[in-house]
Amino acid sequence: MNQPQRDWPLWEVFVRARSGLEHKHVGSLHAADAAMAIDHARDVYTRRQEGVSLWVVRSADIVASDPGEADALFEPARDKVYRHPTFYTIPEEVKNL
Amino acid sequence: MSAAAQPVPPATITIGRDATPLLRYVLRLGDTSLILGQRLGEWVGHAPAIEEDMALANLALDCVGQARLLLSYATEIDGRGFTEDDLAFRRDEGDIFNLLLAEQANGDFGRTIVRQFLLDSYFIELFGGLAHSKDARLAAIGAKSEKELRYHLRYSENWLTRLGDGTDESHARVQKSLDELWRFTAEFWVKDEVDTALVAQGIAPDATALEAPFRRRVAQCLSTATLRQPADAPIALSGRTGRHTEPFGRLLAEMQFMQRAYPGAQW
Repeated sequence: MNQPQRDWPLWEVFVRARSGLEHKHVGSLHAADAAMAIDHARDVYTRRQEGVSLWVVRSADIVASDPGEADALFEPARDKVYRHPTFYTIPEEVKNL
Repeated sequence: MSAAAQPVPPATITIGRDATPLLRYVLRLGDTSLILGQRLGEWVGHAPAIEEDMALANLALDCVGQARLLLSYATEIDGRGFTEDDLAFRRDEGDIFNLLLAEQANGDFGRTIVRQFLLDSYFIELFGGLAHSKDARLAAIGAKSEKELRYHLRYSENWLTRLGDGTDESHARVQKSLDELWRFTAEFWVKDEVDTALVAQGIAPDATALEAPFRRRVAQCLSTATLRQPADAPIALSGRTGRHTEPFGRLLAEMQFMQRAYPGAQW
């Protein structure tokens, strides 16, 4: 038997509100493994019918951009307004664009 | 309280020996859910992790929900105009008919898991059987509860495996709790005139038919959890006839305090 770890690792939780929509990040929690993380996500984040599907991923597995590089990564988009799809009319029927 | 409030019912409600088998049966079911919900609720704010606090509170709320459906059905059968709250908070020990296992103290987290696992393994068969009851209300309650029970069982089964097949200490603790609590499962299979009458009418599932699937599931889970099944032993007390174990008085005092101290008080 292994020496128990003192703290459970952190997991990020994603909930799909309805079929057809994407999974959205809702928060994080602690769990010993993936199966427990799913159960905890169910118990913590879907108590009020928030969703029909859950994803969990170890927070340590997420690769993040470097805040120090924000200028180089995001500044150049600032003056490219023509990239915004504001020159189209969106059909009435499209609800979740 | 408004002036138009209902007249306050008697401080203590008794269930006469002449109560119908259906009333006694529904109270046994409802009281077991009520008392287990109360025990699980004691964990709120005390669980080993906030996620488990939420999980146990969710289980507790499912139990209280089942109790509400069953006790509110009991008030209709009873016919004296009481509410489900009256039945929950105004009966004394001898008129409450829960299974003894449900009232056993929480102990450590592992002991709560053992109690939960044994009750869940029984309930999943019981509520599954009730879903086919000739009594339409019980059939509906059974079908609804069975879905909740599938999650409860998944939760308690997972934890039983983690603790049983975990560290030396967690294994020793859950084995000890299992050794202490196993004897209360004998009460699941005891049949009296209430059961006989309702089984004959197709209202209650026959406990004998529930025992084999219960034992199969328990044997399999205990083996996965590397736990040893204790020997069977007969049980003398019966919560189902209102004869309880020692920890029950304190549970009841805490659960009923507000309504006993301030009869008819409302939020």
